[in-house]
Amino acid sequence: MTTRWSRKDLLGLRELSAEEINFILETTDAFKQVGTREIKKVPALRGKTLVNFFVEPSTRTRTSFELAAFRLSADVINISATTSSLTKGETLKDTARNLEALHADVLVLRHSSAGAPQFLGNRLKASVINAGDGAHEHPTQALLDLYTIREKRGKIAGLHVVIIGDILFSRVARSNIFGLVKLGARVTLVGPSTLVPREFEKLGVEVSHKIDDVLPNADVVNLLRIQHERQREEYFPGIDEYTRFFGLTKERAKLLKPDCLIMHPGPINRGVEIDSEVADGLQSVILDQVTNGLAVRMAVLYLCGGTATT
Amino acid sequence: MSATIIRNGRVIDPANRRDKLADLVIVDGRIAEKSAIRDPQSAIEEIDASRLIVAPGLIDMHVHLREPGFGHKETIESGARAAAAGGFTTIVCMPNTSPVADTPSTIAWIKERAAASACVNVLPTGAISKNISGEELGPIGSLAQAGVVAITDDGHCIQNNELMRRAVEYARMVGVPILDHCQDYNLVGNGVVHEGYWSTLLGLPGWPAAGEEAIVMRNILLADLCDHQIHCQHVTTAGSVRLLREARSRGVKITGEVCPHHIALTDEAIQNFNTNYKMNPPLRAQADVDALLEGIADRTLSILASDHAPHADFEKEVEFDAAPFGIIGLETELGLFLDLLVHKHRKIDIARLIEMYTVEPARLLKISAGTLSIGAPADVTLIDPDLEWTVKIDSLESASRNSPFDGWKMKGRAVRTIVGGKTVWNL
Repeated sequence: MTTRWSRKDLLGLRELSAEEINFILETTDAFKQVGTREIKKVPALRGKTLVNFFVEPSTRTRTSFELAAFRLSADVINISATTSSLTKGETLKDTARNLEALHADVLVLRHSSAGAPQFLGNRLKASVINAGDGAHEHPTQALLDLYTIREKRGKIAGLHVVIIGDILFSRVARSNIFGLVKLGARVTLVGPSTLVPREFEKLGVEVSHKIDDVLPNADVVNLLRIQHERQREEYFPGIDEYTRFFGLTKERAKLLKPDCLIMHPGPINRGVEIDSEVADGLQSVILDQVTNGLAVRMAVLYLCGGTATT
Repeated sequence: MSATIIRNGRVIDPANRRDKLADLVIVDGRIAEKSAIRDPQSAIEEIDASRLIVAPGLIDMHVHLREPGFGHKETIESGARAAAAGGFTTIVCMPNTSPVADTPSTIAWIKERAAASACVNVLPTGAISKNISGEELGPIGSLAQAGVVAITDDGHCIQNNELMRRAVEYARMVGVPILDHCQDYNLVGNGVVHEGYWSTLLGLPGWPAAGEEAIVMRNILLADLCDHQIHCQHVTTAGSVRLLREARSRGVKITGEVCPHHIALTDEAIQNFNTNYKMNPPLRAQADVDALLEGIADRTLSILASDHAPHADFEKEVEFDAAPFGIIGLETELGLFLDLLVHKHRKIDIARLIEMYTVEPARLLKISAGTLSIGAPADVTLIDPDLEWTVKIDSLESASRNSPFDGWKMKGRAVRTIVGGKTVWNL
């Protein structure tokens, strides 16, 4: 593999080639190994400043980026919507330019508007890493999902990956779709017709509203959280009915092949999209995803933030 | 006496079914016979119009001038200059200002301001509902007395069908047409782009075609029920065209308007999240563009307009969701329509294009503009239909720069604009 990384920003998986995605996954291998050492820190980003700029609330992703940056020896500051001047009416552009005036090298952005990372990436010299923009993309989540599948199953091409839940409002789903299709997986989306419109078939995936038909031939099921905060209630009749039709219950889990992986980007709503025992069962790789997320984010920060000076 | 002779142009005057090489004479600000020049000693202005089209001054009946209230986006003065530079001698301004143009005093303010500062004719519209909030009828009769040419809640849409019905009935009595921005709020929700492939791919909230069509249908029913004119502004979808075609074939008093961006661009343009492609209604799919072109060709859609919607850079240069809708259009619309409708797609000839910018809006609004009849005010647009030019955003007269057409090459444009016999703009 001679692929090199030449991008300043990581905005999404749609714009990446299969080679670039594989290059990130290979780089992740090296950083995953760092996590098993006694001293879990490398000097790759020493002297660099990373800003975690989270305009939309997040604990898991922010913490993962923060820890990844610490392990790369970067200096890290965290800014959230409530502590930034955005609440005083400052524009996103002005806030970001102020951060750049403080010589921030990498900006990790979580934002409720699709396209916000593109907006900043086009205007700033600093690297912009998309940590989730609206319902658009969440590239590091998809990369850690891809990495986990590759790690557990040894490949991605040819596997049948089933993504279940609120696809319409999910940035995790979109980034996964783009990445999985590029790497040759077969993808089926499952959920109520209101949250999984047929239009998605044009992205090169299959759409089904019958979970029991799909589960027996899945190699991976990735369950998405039902997003209460982004949800207008008329999208489906209620949580009970959702669970009845689309929840991965104990009974349904028996339909799965024994080696089928069960994934979830978290946070889990136990008893809604997944039964508690299933989430904690042998097929579940949910905590491996979290561990791998750290290594993936180290790789991404290293590639985008570190290469300019080395 | 002041006199002007525009020589050797192809005079196209659809109101009088005239299309021939001729001289056009202006005496004391009005179109005149040659014999009206009684004093050959006085200086006569000569304008050579060979290879040019001499048209009645064009009318854009859908323009946002932003005054009162938003002078940082556009003023009546700067918007009028943009109109002149685009070949328009009459523009109709929308009432979503601050304060909203929903009282006679605000209409009077706009008219005074226009008289003092505008180089083209500015005709105000009034709001249908108080504060364009869609809840109570505005003083439609008083607005008509104050001189509005139409009533509209443009930018907003009355959702209560019963209130809209009463507005249409009342407007019929008063004799003003209704202009409607067709958008069903429940169906559209927080949509910012056409609901389809690109909204699915980009995760942007979708604005479904049905959200427009439901209100177009509503307006057809009410125009029929109340026997009064409703004009559907900026029509964008194939379904709307189908509905309008059927209704017009039955003689329902319903008309439809097309903006240039809705035929020049599709929703594919939004993929880089550039907010200069964010407008309401949004850019649609290619099948919709094709249907609009057919609707223009078969006269289902009879009026062309810009929906000129100026916004300051700092307002547009924000996250896509947060950006205001709309683009400027006065200075690029004639070029785009000539280029696309007449030259490229050959859907209509230039005489019909001029008719759609003159006779059609004049008839709808019941105004005397849009003709070169003897005695009419000498509002004249000289058009070079074959001139190839490039849009340079920084050379535009508008106070705002929110256009996706910077750098576009087009064929055909206005080269001189004459209002009341006076040249107000010359290329």
